[in-house]
Amino acid sequence: MPPDDVLLSEEVVRKVARLSKLAPSDEQISLYRRQLSDVLSLMSALRSLDLAGVEPLAHVGEARNRLRNDEPGPTIPRDQVLSLAPDRSPPFIKVPKVLGEGGGA
Amino acid sequence: MTGNARPTAGEVIDTIRRGELTCRQAVENALAAARTHAALNACVELWDEPALQRADELDRLIASGVSPPPLAGLAFGVKANICTTLGRTTCASRMLADYRSPFEATAVRKLREAGAIPIASLNMDEFGMGSSGENSAHGPTLNPWDHARVPGGSSSGGAAAVAAGFLPLALGSDTGGSIRQPAAMCGVVGIKPTYGRISRLGLVAYASSLDQIGPIAADVHGVALALTHLCGFDPDDATSADLPVPDFTRDLLADPGPVRVAVPRQARLGSNHPDVTAAFERALDDLRAIGAETIDVEMPMLDAAVNAYYIVATAEASSNLARYDGVRYGRRAQNTASLEELYTRSRTEGFGPEVQRRIMLGTHVLSSGYADEFYVTALRARRVIKQEFDAAFSLGCCAVATPTAPNPAFRLGEKASDPASMYLEDVYTVGVNLAGLPAISVPMGLSTSLGTPLPLGLQLIAPAFEESSILNLAARFESRVGHFSPLA
Repeated sequence: MPPDDVLLSEEVVRKVARLSKLAPSDEQISLYRRQLSDVLSLMSALRSLDLAGVEPLAHVGEARNRLRNDEPGPTIPRDQVLSLAPDRSPPFIKVPKVLGEGGGA
Repeated sequence: MTGNARPTAGEVIDTIRRGELTCRQAVENALAAARTHAALNACVELWDEPALQRADELDRLIASGVSPPPLAGLAFGVKANICTTLGRTTCASRMLADYRSPFEATAVRKLREAGAIPIASLNMDEFGMGSSGENSAHGPTLNPWDHARVPGGSSSGGAAAVAAGFLPLALGSDTGGSIRQPAAMCGVVGIKPTYGRISRLGLVAYASSLDQIGPIAADVHGVALALTHLCGFDPDDATSADLPVPDFTRDLLADPGPVRVAVPRQARLGSNHPDVTAAFERALDDLRAIGAETIDVEMPMLDAAVNAYYIVATAEASSNLARYDGVRYGRRAQNTASLEELYTRSRTEGFGPEVQRRIMLGTHVLSSGYADEFYVTALRARRVIKQEFDAAFSLGCCAVATPTAPNPAFRLGEKASDPASMYLEDVYTVGVNLAGLPAISVPMGLSTSLGTPLPLGLQLIAPAFEESSILNLAARFESRVGHFSPLA
């Protein structure tokens, strides 16, 4: 892959920020672009390794699932959970309009 | 070699058990000392009231003649990403500036049940993301050896507090070296146990396949003591190991007979600071002097560990930190017109720059067109790293030895604007997390070429669930090399 592909374009940085639900300022975008490009060029050393045929390892516990009986146990009281929400109208958590004008989620 | 000017965890407990100190006095002393050292900025907040209340309870128990729990009166600090119900759990983030956890981490509960008393929330790099303690919404923690230098990170407050002598024990977390590296840079002992040894319930997730809780203390005995009470199966953590937990303090100094230690050629990087190189070679001499045979091994994939780590860790972080949306808890941006704007502005206002960088990096390496190139490649490297450790252990080695960090503590601000160079500070620690292994950092000497003496750490890495063997080796090494205190 050509080296200019390593240096992230401003467009890619803006897209990644959008996917991350972050809205950095123009100044931060240009700083992140440089810093993330530095880090990615460090990461790209992996490309030179011969890893063909190696099975990826996502977790040292591999695919061991632990199941337990479906029995109700103690839970955190609803009032306590609701009290953590920045805006609420018990028993609901309030958010801005989701549908219609101003929605767009 | 200097004496240990700090009260060790074992000494505090023995003094209380002998009746020379009440639990209340022990807690009051620790709280007063924490205030004396406020300039270090190691603590987010102190929990005087519940701590003294618990101390009085234990004192009454002792006075009534009932045999007290094993850690009675031992004050400890809790890294700000481990949940307690005593105060705020901020993760050193604006996002969780006022967050009060509705539940307690299993690790904190187990220490409390053993009689230890949580007295402080400890400063850290935001959400565990950093190697210097500088990425904190509460401001940086200072290194007690030299206030112009970083204490390491991300368990910055814990290592600084133990080094300064005001806490005999701190709970940290380690995703890529966050217990071991600050322990090394502050001259104290820190251990990251095997993945699954200590419950992660109540540890705020950064990279779930790598995160582990572990203790920091002034000596090897202190971490062994804490580990004995912290480990164990927790049905509420799906990755918790259901294995027996030994008393890690037993046989700590026993002679295990001939042991073999692997020294990877990749641990002797030419880019190591010369003081680190010299101290590491002396440490290998000391290991030989206590009866260990050292053998040279090749672990070529260790060179790629930082690359693989920052891909895996940030990929997991981008997913874990998606939960901070300003809706159910944490910071919410004001006056937003839409749900989308609420999410985006809450996150942009709530997360510091390093957390934003790591979320973006993780999002990028997982995004369409890049996932194979970065994420899947990193997972392949991860398997090879694990295989290389296995190969070293299969040569009959009970441990792999490396320096904990390639440099002594650096200056505040020195690497703050250069994340790539900051990430390289983790070169020796991240492979351990990728392989899920236990590893301890124990002081191995002082760097003396930088004006002020600065402590350096030796890292000893063991096979999974073989914490006992590196605790034994580290304890015998410590007996030979001594303790290093900024107070001495």
